[in-house]
Amino acid sequence: MKTRKVSGSEAVILSLLEEGVDTIFGYPGGAIMPIYDLLYDYQDKINHILTRHEQGAAHAAQGYARVTGRVGVCMVTSGPGATNLTTGLADAMLDSTPIICISGQVISGLLGTDAFQETDVMGFSMPITKWNIQITKAEDIPEMMARAFFIATTGRPGPVMIDITKDAQFAEFDFSYEKCRDVRSYVPRPKLNMNYVEKAAELINNAKKPLALVGQGVILSGAEKEMLAFIEKAEIPAAWTLLGNSAMPTDHPLNVGMLGMHGNYGPNIKTNESDLLIALGMRFDDRVTGNVKTYGTQAKVVHFEIDHSEVNKIVKADVAVIADIKETFEAILPLIKKNKHEEWLNQFKNAYQYEYEKVIQQDIYPEKEGLTMGEVIRIINEKMKGEAILVTDVGQHQMIANRYFKFNNSRSLVTSGGLGTMGFGLPAAFGAQTGQPDKTVVAVIGDGGFQMTVQELGTIWQNKAPVKIVLLNNNFLGMVRQWQQMFFDKRYSSTELTNPDFITIAKGFGITGTTVSRRDDLEGAIAEMFKHEGPYLLEVKVEKEDNVFPMVTAGASVSDIRLE
Amino acid sequence: MEEKEFTITAFSENSIGLLNRITIIFTRRGLNIESLTVSESAIHGIFKFTIVIRTNQILIEKVVKQIEKIVDVLRAYYLCQDEIIFQEIALYKVPTKALTQSTEIEGLVRKYNARILEVTSGYTVIEKTGHKDETQQLFDDMKKFGVLQFTRSGRVAITKATKERLSAYLEKLDTEKLRVRI
Ligand SMILES: Cc1ncc(C[n+]2csc(CCOP(=O)(O)OP(=O)(O)O)c2C)c(N)n1
Ligand SMILES: [Mg+2]
Repeated sequence: MKTRKVSGSEAVILSLLEEGVDTIFGYPGGAIMPIYDLLYDYQDKINHILTRHEQGAAHAAQGYARVTGRVGVCMVTSGPGATNLTTGLADAMLDSTPIICISGQVISGLLGTDAFQETDVMGFSMPITKWNIQITKAEDIPEMMARAFFIATTGRPGPVMIDITKDAQFAEFDFSYEKCRDVRSYVPRPKLNMNYVEKAAELINNAKKPLALVGQGVILSGAEKEMLAFIEKAEIPAAWTLLGNSAMPTDHPLNVGMLGMHGNYGPNIKTNESDLLIALGMRFDDRVTGNVKTYGTQAKVVHFEIDHSEVNKIVKADVAVIADIKETFEAILPLIKKNKHEEWLNQFKNAYQYEYEKVIQQDIYPEKEGLTMGEVIRIINEKMKGEAILVTDVGQHQMIANRYFKFNNSRSLVTSGGLGTMGFGLPAAFGAQTGQPDKTVVAVIGDGGFQMTVQELGTIWQNKAPVKIVLLNNNFLGMVRQWQQMFFDKRYSSTELTNPDFITIAKGFGITGTTVSRRDDLEGAIAEMFKHEGPYLLEVKVEKEDNVFPMVTAGASVSDIRLE
Repeated sequence: MEEKEFTITAFSENSIGLLNRITIIFTRRGLNIESLTVSESAIHGIFKFTIVIRTNQILIEKVVKQIEKIVDVLRAYYLCQDEIIFQEIALYKVPTKALTQSTEIEGLVRKYNARILEVTSGYTVIEKTGHKDETQQLFDDMKKFGVLQFTRSGRVAITKATKERLSAYLEKLDTEKLRVRI
């Protein structure tokens, strides 16, 4: 193996190049300056994007990772630089997003002494990373970087934090790189057990009312085609979790909609009528199950899952296949009998019809004067025809966008599911656009969350990222206001916002925009936004006190889903 | 569900901070660790954690899976009381005067199968291995002589199965290729 004498800083960059990284998001500072200095020499190979806040760098890396399937990388300085990543790390941990965060650290001799900008990076990042490591010797850099990439991307993906002391960045050593292929104590792909595949097939073949629950695991495994082949062969209706959205095309005849709190009526009530729930790379989050005690108790449960610790964690599985789900689909397909569940499928169609009349119609074709979030999404669908990438923030607009946005392609939805991070949307949309420069990225954001990371408009402008920002302004922290209305006697404690002039703010960052408050102007404004070449802010003033329905209220059973 | 005592054994690489990663799993669920011992296992370079915990069957399964999921943990098991043989060690420091003035302490040492480790003109150190209730009993019996210091270790445990489970696992890793290499 050929070696070359380099500094620790250069070793970091060479390692990134060995792993095929060409984009990183970050923010410099004292303890990481040696690496930034080297980045200056490598500008033609690595595009470092300066965000306006480290949280923005982390979310951008997440957005990048989610739409590309590659690792998102960010780089920050010690102390506050590192602590500003916490929300992004925690988000990536819950949503299984492969990101690698590199932080500079005080020189090793000062570790533990409360030196300037020293913080216990290992300590604080431990519960919110899949793996973390502190490097104090330059010669450890290549091996640990290789290991970080291996761990972040394999098995159930997740965030990795690498903390490198400043002396290790300066020290020189002989560099050579070898990709990591194995870590003794880590089993990323458990061996598939054919016995359980056979047992699962038997349950599936005998089920009269099977329901597939599609999670992000299907996307992370790249098993979308195999999943479709599986559900099509047995004609199984398939519903998706928030993060499973876009795994199958919206218009697929077996796609019966979203699960959970603000999901569709059919999949929620049918969960409690089904005789077999087939969980596909999902983890029965409480937003999906509602009250677990009354969740699908009549049904048998088959669980396909790569993460052993998710099996039986919330819902007990009758049969579990612990393996990469793509392999599981490949193994089970030949054992699945061609089947028809026409009558069962019809029940979902009827449930949808019922929900359409009760909820959807007035959401997307409202007759009242005020604009609705639903009609905005409907018109976006009419323009984009399922080809756009949707990035959302957190709140009512997130639920409405996920309910109504149409997708033709997988990896087209980026949202903060597990952590529900307000402020995620704008930087994640920037990251998504960076990863997919040729696609249209639509960022649907609320007026509250927009103001949490609004500074990233600067990043968007500086990098000419043509993100289409759709700000659904209801002048409220809408989702919290809805709960106050329903469960706290309409006592609107600290949820109404006195908002700035968003268009002027965008203009200050160099971004064009327009505000719409009348239905007659809406379609034209949306068309204008998509016609515009660069980034664009479309603010839609929507009804202030609209609620999101259906809703499985906290502690209620999925079968008690409310339509009003 | 019924609470009982479980002994968790976890085998890991020797990496910094791992103890923290393991204890976080208990802290998050508000579980109290009764005792904890860490030392190198029979296999060089692999460390063994022995953790005693009172909880129920359902929770112990989940917790052990979460421990095993930690990248640097090779394997984690939980065992019930009847599946293991275990000991703790306790040290007692008493004034030597108490020993010379009567034969009672000597009697206790015999009765409890304890032993005397060190005698100086000022103090005497007594050692007893056994289960917690036994080391406690001896402590209670010696209290009246004025125990100057008393300390008890965490648990060490060995399974009743003939072979250490980890070696079986490591063998299986090699022969059955339990992990699919990427
Ligand atoms: C960082 C953070 N703080 C608080 C919350 C709690 N929260 C959830 S939704 C929501 C309201 C969001 O308001 P807005 O961004 O205007 O979206 P809307 O619900 O009105 O569409 C709040 C405060 C959160 N999810 N994240
Ligand atoms: Mg709002």
